[in-house]
Amino acid sequence: MRHIISVLLENEAGALSRVSGLFSARGYNIESLTVAPTNDRSLSRMTIVTTGTDEIVEQITKQLNKLVDVVRLTDLTESTHVEREMLLIKVRAEGAAREEIRSLVDIFRGQVVDVTDKSYIVQMTGDGPKIDAFMGALGDHVILEVVRSGATGIARGEKVLRY
Amino acid sequence: MELSGGEIVMEALRREGVEHIFGYPGGAALHIYDALYQQDAVEHILVRHEQGAVHAADGYARSTGKPGVVLVTSGPGVTNCVTGIATAHMDSIPLVILSGQVATRAIGSDAFQECDAVGITRPCVKHNFLVSRLEDLADTMRKAFYVAKSGRPGPVLVDIPKDVTAPNVKIPFEYPEQVRMRSYNPTVKGHPGQIRKAVDLLLSAQRPMIYTGGGAVLANASEELTTLTRELGYPITNTLMGLGAYPGSDPQFVGMLGMHGTYEANMAMHECDVLLAVGARFDDRVTGELEHFCPHARIVHIDVDPSSISKNVHVDVPIVGDVRHVLKDMLGVVQASKRRPDPQVLETWWAQIARWKSTDCLAYDHTSDVIKPQYVIEKLHELTRDRETYVTSDVGQHQMFAAQFYKFEHPRRWINSGGLGTMGFGLPAAMGVKLAHRDATVVCVTGEASIQMCIQELSTMKQYDLPVVVVNLNNRYMGMVRQWQEFFYSKRYSHSYVDALPDFVALAESYGHRGARVDKRDDVETALREAFERPGELTFLDFITDQTENVYPMIAQGKGHHEMHLSSERELA
Repeated sequence: MRHIISVLLENEAGALSRVSGLFSARGYNIESLTVAPTNDRSLSRMTIVTTGTDEIVEQITKQLNKLVDVVRLTDLTESTHVEREMLLIKVRAEGAAREEIRSLVDIFRGQVVDVTDKSYIVQMTGDGPKIDAFMGALGDHVILEVVRSGATGIARGEKVLRY
Repeated sequence: MELSGGEIVMEALRREGVEHIFGYPGGAALHIYDALYQQDAVEHILVRHEQGAVHAADGYARSTGKPGVVLVTSGPGVTNCVTGIATAHMDSIPLVILSGQVATRAIGSDAFQECDAVGITRPCVKHNFLVSRLEDLADTMRKAFYVAKSGRPGPVLVDIPKDVTAPNVKIPFEYPEQVRMRSYNPTVKGHPGQIRKAVDLLLSAQRPMIYTGGGAVLANASEELTTLTRELGYPITNTLMGLGAYPGSDPQFVGMLGMHGTYEANMAMHECDVLLAVGARFDDRVTGELEHFCPHARIVHIDVDPSSISKNVHVDVPIVGDVRHVLKDMLGVVQASKRRPDPQVLETWWAQIARWKSTDCLAYDHTSDVIKPQYVIEKLHELTRDRETYVTSDVGQHQMFAAQFYKFEHPRRWINSGGLGTMGFGLPAAMGVKLAHRDATVVCVTGEASIQMCIQELSTMKQYDLPVVVVNLNNRYMGMVRQWQEFFYSKRYSHSYVDALPDFVALAESYGHRGARVDKRDDVETALREAFERPGELTFLDFITDQTENVYPMIAQGKGHHEMHLSSERELA
């Protein structure tokens, strides 16, 4: 099963490699991993998307907690949460396709953020399946370059992950 | 007080109560070595190879409970430490390794003797630090010791660039009284509700079993463990790492368990209905095939590390906490309760265990003229049981024979690389043990293959007058490899025979020690006695043993506790 694990960790050199090293050393899957400092610059917030049985995910959270740099973590998928990923995509946009792509972008509530006479850059946020659907609708023949941020997430309601 | 980085390192060691460090100098560590030279609180032991330094610090730590400390230079200095660090990491041994690093401005430039020490050691340390500012040095030293010792102990590396220790740059020195780390707070007390649940389950058992590992030794929990076990009257087994936590000669002790454990210990594991696991990690050499592991048991597991719980085997009542604290609390709950296990039910269980025990699974040929390795260990135990004795070992058959035949009565007396299985560990470890216990008898049980991996430390032991007794069980084979090749590879002995062995007696003598070769059974006892009668001299005893002796009993890989193999001559009914 797919899990989204949110981790607060010390914003220190090497903290990221401790986490990624743990996943490779123990053979855990990483679907995506994003990390950036929080409003408290001494802390980073990491979002890891992983898959595994309940036993494996339990071990993943225990092993992450064991890392000396990890302050706190939560498995977002244990309760309701908001999950978003950002897509930046460069597409070939010529002739009739220009309008067609514009309307697709509107349907998926993205924005065209850069235009040349031959291409667009489209920005879009959403959960993974929405982004997959948009890229599917565009079709491989128009896609020039794809950048996905990887998922980030936050729990709904009163629940907060902070120090 | 204004101190340079090198002086801060030394002052921090002094404040941490460190009396001995093991190390080897080199360019990036020279400022620290210069500060070391100008103080006398900390004594430095100059090893012959950095791996020896780490194993020696490890032996020092295992036998005392205090963190072992190592000082090495950058590059090869620290890469040579990696095997030792990984050894300590697998067995949760508290170490602080201080490594010199090239100057901060040179980091990343492929400078002379530069390596990414923090990166290379990351997977085999509990934590590591690169000290990039002099202002962080004192605080980092304090944290390193705190992290190494607390919770589940482990090795911590502190990598210190050369400019940080420069003698001409001094800053006001302040050593933090306390360590506060928001990201690191090990649990000490166990959950009272879980403890009550565990006691309820234990007291309802019909066929109870207690299984304890290295965690009970590390937590100094022997007294609590022994009292609780005797109060309950239950059988107890120790893992290879746990030997000595419970007295080996006690009637409730059923021997070591696992691949080369006793038949009675393994069968009792297989048949038990309630298992109390204490500071043990359900290692594959202990559990055998997981599918067959304790099929009837509900399991209570006490461990300071939550990630050890339900890692390999599902646990019914997990208790996270310091083993000593939890056992103490459990004992309190047991003593306050009027419930006791039904004596008749328990008697039936003990009668079953006695039947298993009657197979005499450790029996070997006592009539043989050739020296049997088991006989040497039996004699060694007989001659040293009444004195304070520490036994270190290397890895292989001799390690198993020592574990099976030396009955350890006290914790921290059996020093071996259980998790990583590091050949070359025994001799430097013995060196560290002897340094910490000058008045005690220290024996290194080894084999002719293992000993050669760190034999250069005989030189260090001469220099610092660390006389141990080396018991070399010399069968001219890598015995355990040979045994597996005999059993599982149709006797194709691929590269398990060591040709061109040195004359160990002459070798020991060339280092300035005493050596003796023993090739007759009748001379074993005399040779051992003579070695122990010369406590001021390191004696290297080269026992020429049976070449083809195997370690029995044995559970083959992929088999369960109930599928033990007794020996080539004896099968179980």
